[in-house]
Amino acid sequence: MADSKLIVTPAPHLRGNIDTPTLMRDVVIALLPACVAGVYFFGVPALISLVSGVVGCVGAELVFEKLSKKPVTIGDWSAVVTGLLVAMVLPPHVPAWIVVLSGVFAIGIVKLLFGGLGYNVFNPALAGRAFATAAWSALATTGYVWPASIEGAAWARGIDAVTSATPLTMLKMGEIGGTSMSRFYMPLFLGNVAGSLGETSALALLIGAVYLLWRTHISLRIPMSYIITVAVVTALYGQDPLFHVLSGGLILGAFFMATDYVTSPINAKGQIIFGIGCGILTSLIRLFGGYPEGVAYSILIMNAAVPMIDRFARPKRFGEVKARA
Amino acid sequence: MLYCQAARRVRPVSSLGVAYKGVRCMPRGSFRGGIHPPENKSSTSGLPIVAAQQPSKVVVLLNMGTSGALSSMVARGDSVLRGQKIADPVGRMGVPSYSPVSGKVTAIGAARTGLGTLDQAITIEPDGQDTLDESCVPVENVDKLSQAEIVSIIREAGIVGMGGAQFPTHVKLTLPQDARVDTLLINGAECEPYLTADHRLMVERPRDVVRGTQILMKAIGVDRAVIGVEDNKPDAVEALRRAIAEATAGGAVEVAAVRTHYPQGSEKHLIKSVLGREVPPGRLPFHVGVVVNNVGTAVAVADRFDRGLPLIERVVTVTGSGVAKPSNIMMKIGTPAIELIEQCGGFAGDPGKIIFGGPMMGAAVPAADVPTTKGTSGILVLDRAESRSVEPMPCIRCGRCVESCPMRLEPALLHQWCEAKLWNEAEAYHALDCIECGVCSYECPSRRNLVQAIKYAKAEIGARRRAARERGDK
Ligand code: SF4
Ligand code: SF4
Repeated sequence: MADSKLIVTPAPHLRGNIDTPTLMRDVVIALLPACVAGVYFFGVPALISLVSGVVGCVGAELVFEKLSKKPVTIGDWSAVVTGLLVAMVLPPHVPAWIVVLSGVFAIGIVKLLFGGLGYNVFNPALAGRAFATAAWSALATTGYVWPASIEGAAWARGIDAVTSATPLTMLKMGEIGGTSMSRFYMPLFLGNVAGSLGETSALALLIGAVYLLWRTHISLRIPMSYIITVAVVTALYGQDPLFHVLSGGLILGAFFMATDYVTSPINAKGQIIFGIGCGILTSLIRLFGGYPEGVAYSILIMNAAVPMIDRFARPKRFGEVKARA
Repeated sequence: MLYCQAARRVRPVSSLGVAYKGVRCMPRGSFRGGIHPPENKSSTSGLPIVAAQQPSKVVVLLNMGTSGALSSMVARGDSVLRGQKIADPVGRMGVPSYSPVSGKVTAIGAARTGLGTLDQAITIEPDGQDTLDESCVPVENVDKLSQAEIVSIIREAGIVGMGGAQFPTHVKLTLPQDARVDTLLINGAECEPYLTADHRLMVERPRDVVRGTQILMKAIGVDRAVIGVEDNKPDAVEALRRAIAEATAGGAVEVAAVRTHYPQGSEKHLIKSVLGREVPPGRLPFHVGVVVNNVGTAVAVADRFDRGLPLIERVVTVTGSGVAKPSNIMMKIGTPAIELIEQCGGFAGDPGKIIFGGPMMGAAVPAADVPTTKGTSGILVLDRAESRSVEPMPCIRCGRCVESCPMRLEPALLHQWCEAKLWNEAEAYHALDCIECGVCSYECPSRRNLVQAIKYAKAEIGARRRAARERGDK
């Protein structure tokens, strides 16, 4: 006398209250302070960029999935995350169509061609940025501007206010450095410098990061091992570690890109190795490479190493230590 | 060598009971990983155990899972008495079964079980008298019995693990010659949400818990026992401590309050929390000098020795959003679930799922009239809204499952190997270590059925090992 109305499913019959759309929506919330800071410092073009990124990513996901007759997954918010990040890692004054195309590339090629959410090897937003700089190198790198509020700021005296160079570029060109760098700390912390749309304000980024940590969506393992490694390596090389930590995309990269679930190692040990690897690569590129900044390429290179890290950095299972004692 | 060392390193447990929040630090009384799901115990934790109404029938299953099949000793139409032996085990692992009621055998044949299978069973219609069989007499002079004699009385009483798995108790108590066991651990963690059966036993019958513990200590020849209780049951800890203080004879029994954290009631994790010892992979608790039994089992042992009763009754928590009046009931084993639900005022709303056991590890049953067993610690009824299951989404590699697995496995990868049918990989990633606690599935934001896949992989690996052994034998 089977009661056909009863549901029979395997245990567990209770599930936690965090699901993937919630998670992704929380990442969007965590990115908002940095977006607001970007718009505050760089004006309306930044807002247009952010909207373009989201339109490009969400639109691409919708269209490609419709065309390939796959279930539409824009409801999981992950394309919105990618869209915001694409805009945030590009200069604020990049033409909107480049941002849209970068978003389309990030979603269409990097994410969906690899099999969709969970299967991509590379961080879509960073791959989108790499695509933009490769395709329109001039455009994508000349979009840097100094915030309007900069003029007359005391700390900036000696800096050409119309230059489009970021602090790291100036360091590379030898325009700054040598003397005390501490006059840059506060502007870099607040975001009052030239840089990518979403990377300049460490303060805004950290507010978002604290939210993600509080929601237990990320742990400190990757960001901390990454940032500490950069600080240590640059200090060993005789440069100002705090300047390196605050400038460029390090805070954005360490908290929001290197921690991307899909493209980072799955266990604790692997995550620390990954963070250290990113840190070493970033420092090497900044100190010796041809580019002033190395966060994006470091993370992309380490993304490729994730399957290997996952394979070799295995957690110590319950009882294992004692078994060898 | 190495296990003797571990066994000698006995840590004091008096300072236990510090609830501690934080994953990285590991206070005593806890372990790494695990979760704290909503407890949902408050609707029954304060309710005294009530006697079950006389069932319209009891169905005694002749297949006991781990302990194998039984053969019936009675025929259709026979009259039986309460506590009369009605089935004997076929294999060495098995234990006999007894009639929980006096009445008439109305059928012997296939019956639908909670697992959805059809198994042989004896159906008895009670006469309402509950006349006790004369074989049910207390055991005198327990002190004069040898270990082997105590173990054989426990086996003969049909006692199995009451926590759910129904592993035969006498098998746990029969240790290899060279095993050096120094501690009996009594599992009163009851970490499954909703369930309060063990909690109520500890509060209402602490003396029987202690008495059963002392008999079990004799059975394995140790002079130290610890009862591990989650710290969400301070009244149970208090009651047990008082009962221990009053107990006149027997070895040293202690109570350890451990952190309320799922799966604290897993043998390996309770040993870790209380004694600080980690059972190595693939080994059993006695390898670190411990034997673990449930509080319900201890009470069953006390019932047998002091009251002469074999295992024919147990406490079950009937609860959940789909039950009108949740209760703790002392039920006759084999009572159809629906009759116990009816004693609790029937269904509240539209029942979606009926679960035997707790929500984390229990099994959803296919019908409301399937019989309860010796392992049915709870009957959890979820209403239809709560029973809805969600479609799994792709793994986003968030690592939550890895982070929370109390065995420190990588469930996401195990699931991946299972989907690809890469059984060697699954084995290399230690699928066999999985204790099937369900923490990974609970944590997964993509709602993936991780533990289900891992169970499947375990069965595959087991089958392949057996096949390999057989090939090797030939
Ligand atoms: S893999 Fe096994 S032991 Fe680990 S959380 Fe999942 S069910 Fe529990
Ligand atoms: S919790 Fe789920 S989504 Fe996250 S890594 Fe594990 S299986 Fe993948």
